[in-house]
Amino acid sequence: METVTETSWFLACRVEDTIPNGGVCVKRDDEQIALFYFSRQDRWYAVQNECPHRRQMALSRGMVGTAGEEPKVACPFHKMQFSLASGECLSGGECRLKTYRVKVADGNVFISKN
Amino acid sequence: MVKNKVIVVGNGMVSHKFCEKLSEKSKNFAISVFGEEKHPAYDRVNLSKYLDGVAAEALYLDEESWYGEQGIRLHLNKRITHIDLENKLVYTQRGETAAYDYLILATGSSPFVPEIQGREKNGVLVYRTFDDLDKLRMFASRARHAMVLGGGLLGLEAAKGLLDLGVEAPGVLEFAPRLMPRQIDSAGSRVLAEKLEAMGMKVHLGKQAVEITGKDRIDGVRFADGSWLPADMLVVSAGIQPRDELARQAGLQVGPRGGIVVNEFMQTSHPDVYAIGECALFENTVFGLVAPGYDMAGVAAANLCGEKKAFSGADSSSKLKLAGVELASFGNPFGSRSVVFEDGNRGIYKRINLSADGTKLTGGILVGDASQYNMLLQTVANALPVPENPEELILGSKGTKAASQAAGLDMLPESAIICSCEGVTKGRLIEAIGEGCETFDALKTCTKAGTGCSGCVPLVKDILADTMKKQGKYIRKSVCEHFPYSRQELYDLIKIHEIKSYDEVLDSFGKGEGCEICKPIIASILASLWNEMVLQRGNDIAQDSNDRFLANIQRGGTYSVVPRIPGGEITPEKLIVIGKIARKYDLYTKITGAQRIDLFGAHLNDLPLIWEELIAAGFESGHAYGKALRTVKSCVGSTWCRFGLQDSVSFALEVENRYKGLRAPHKIKSAVSGCARECAEAQSKDFGIIATERGWNLFVCGNGGLKPQHAQLLATDLDSETCIRYIDRFLMFYIQTADPLTRTATWLNKMDGGIDYLRNVVVNDSLGMAAEWEKEMECLLGAYRCEWKTAVETPEIRRRFVHFVNSPEEKDPSVAFQPLREQKMAGAWPDQNDR
Repeated sequence: METVTETSWFLACRVEDTIPNGGVCVKRDDEQIALFYFSRQDRWYAVQNECPHRRQMALSRGMVGTAGEEPKVACPFHKMQFSLASGECLSGGECRLKTYRVKVADGNVFISKN
Repeated sequence: MVKNKVIVVGNGMVSHKFCEKLSEKSKNFAISVFGEEKHPAYDRVNLSKYLDGVAAEALYLDEESWYGEQGIRLHLNKRITHIDLENKLVYTQRGETAAYDYLILATGSSPFVPEIQGREKNGVLVYRTFDDLDKLRMFASRARHAMVLGGGLLGLEAAKGLLDLGVEAPGVLEFAPRLMPRQIDSAGSRVLAEKLEAMGMKVHLGKQAVEITGKDRIDGVRFADGSWLPADMLVVSAGIQPRDELARQAGLQVGPRGGIVVNEFMQTSHPDVYAIGECALFENTVFGLVAPGYDMAGVAAANLCGEKKAFSGADSSSKLKLAGVELASFGNPFGSRSVVFEDGNRGIYKRINLSADGTKLTGGILVGDASQYNMLLQTVANALPVPENPEELILGSKGTKAASQAAGLDMLPESAIICSCEGVTKGRLIEAIGEGCETFDALKTCTKAGTGCSGCVPLVKDILADTMKKQGKYIRKSVCEHFPYSRQELYDLIKIHEIKSYDEVLDSFGKGEGCEICKPIIASILASLWNEMVLQRGNDIAQDSNDRFLANIQRGGTYSVVPRIPGGEITPEKLIVIGKIARKYDLYTKITGAQRIDLFGAHLNDLPLIWEELIAAGFESGHAYGKALRTVKSCVGSTWCRFGLQDSVSFALEVENRYKGLRAPHKIKSAVSGCARECAEAQSKDFGIIATERGWNLFVCGNGGLKPQHAQLLATDLDSETCIRYIDRFLMFYIQTADPLTRTATWLNKMDGGIDYLRNVVVNDSLGMAAEWEKEMECLLGAYRCEWKTAVETPEIRRRFVHFVNSPEEKDPSVAFQPLREQKMAGAWPDQNDR
């Protein structure tokens, strides 16, 4: 059963602050969120910035790409890969990233609060 | 239709393989698996990684959800205590019952603990499950004298585990006069023992333990010879004992020394009950390796589906890496008519045994270097004729390596089993390649070859390459799924079309969004071709992480900074500047192996500030973060040294300043020594220069690191100008043709004709490329600019050196340090379990 709840958003940054086909790190209170922009498809993804493998705040500095159709990021520390769509670990690990929704309005990038 | 009920007792690796095989073959079975541990099946072969900090979950063969997806019911924490053969029921320890049509016993084995007096004492441990390892970890933290009983494979793994846990000098006690007595001979054992002792283990051979001493807790071990050694923990690893108690109780036939008797179809004495893996006894043998276990799983699954597949036994040939030492034993390791090679210097021992008439190989042992294992195993298994000079099998023939290898592949019959885990033959591989599996990944998916222990992967790749070549097909060594080209093809395409950015390369020749494999390869090609600042034209996102921030990321997420100090020569003024900057930004300082100074612990936000100050004092980037020229190390040479023949420092400065910033498929290191005493260690570098009475000797393709290799002499008694010209040609040849991430040593090793061919190309210009390469090198070097200078001076690049995009002034609050002597170090990796 699905419960429909209103998503609440916070303003992360301006579109021009982000890096096409790369990531930036957004701070929200004590939380660090990695925000990625795939410019060819005009798609945005946001996930926790901490790589769960060795718990490093590093995913925003990772290299993005695709495996088939799956958008992904590789952690700069040990190249663990995660799906940006589902947060699933693509390197055979059990861990999973927390994912967030992203929307863009008037050149502002918003990330869902949960 | 009503499904047949299959119950699997035990959830180890073989049980998991059985589930995989059966659910893949047929959907007509309702499978239930009972495991007594709380974990689903895990990779026991790599269990010691758990001591290394790898999470238990990471060793699971599949997540728990996998079983559900296959329609398999997995019961963990449930031990089967009783089998009722007549009514076809099993009972759990809680008294629950489950009915079966077929019962599969995959109960595995338990560690065999010999009947030594005192074996029940506290501190006597075994090494098989996660729980065992947790206990071991607990004892190891307080142990002063840790011992392992048993010098076999598992015992040595346990000793390595203890070493990794920080236990000092763990002892290995072996009853036989040598280590791994079933796999290797005395000479092999000696080489292995030396390597293990160098790592910090203490090996005791010919020691028969007779008593474990101590009150409630172990304090030592007494031996048959009357001697005694202190021990406050003892890991018993003396072999395995098949878990046959359930079968025994149910009245199934078991062997006199344990093991559930099975026929070639894996059926026990009761036709609806099967046994597979380490609990099964086939032709009086228990197989303690995973490959035969997997084979049994496949046989049992096939027979359940009505196929009459038979298990034909297995030998104990195996290849493994133990504490970093490669080891292999195949066929009959102890046969006669042996050819032996020993390199005491590098710790390599190889032995092959021949048949009485000397025409066939019967078995052998490899210690320290097992790269020839696959081919040797095939030579035994298929009774291939041995060459006229059998030593070529272990030393390689004098002729070209590639040719002899292809000849070896040709000799293999189609029926040769290449992947023993999955039972894939050479014929099946060739067939699959013919059907269009023209990449390794496709071949792996289609045939499953290489999916088990992965030991056969090199051979499968060779067969793929060889078959494609024979079919007249060009083998595409495509870099990844986004580009159907090899690095060299991409290099040529980018050069011909004069493309300058990653995005343009992807749009012109690739598909998808790229990935972490093709991006750095193409970024490196672009840098090698045009030498433009790597963070411009949107190429920043294609750089490897270190190149992207022009610094080396360290544990905790800070960076290290290495200014260039050409030839290792530095003025007192510059030393003071480095000291002041390190103090100001609170950096840990250390002299590197490359005669430079590394400054650790810099926040991303501080990097541009630090570099601004370094540049103002005349420093440049040292490219320690790049696949680029690193350093040209030098000894002091004739300007001071009483032995020096030439001015090695000045030449090192000239060479380093010439090639600084040059990017290549991998990092490049160099050195210049002032005389043959070689204080700069030039023969371990990608190119090394050593002074002679008349000029310079040029050595190339040396390597330190993981696989040390001495550089080879390319040319002698050169004047400085000729020496540089040769280096220009050598480097351009390397940059143009090497595979990604291949150091010059490996590049040369793969080159047909080796150093003679390379010399012909570089010195005699046999390819007619010399003039063009020299011109290209001039262009590249002419385009050099310190990239850190560009970075701090270009606002759109500089603004990327922040941690938070929405709070640029703030540094990463998760960064932590801990004190170290008078300085500091990165905080430990955070605990992965405390969340």
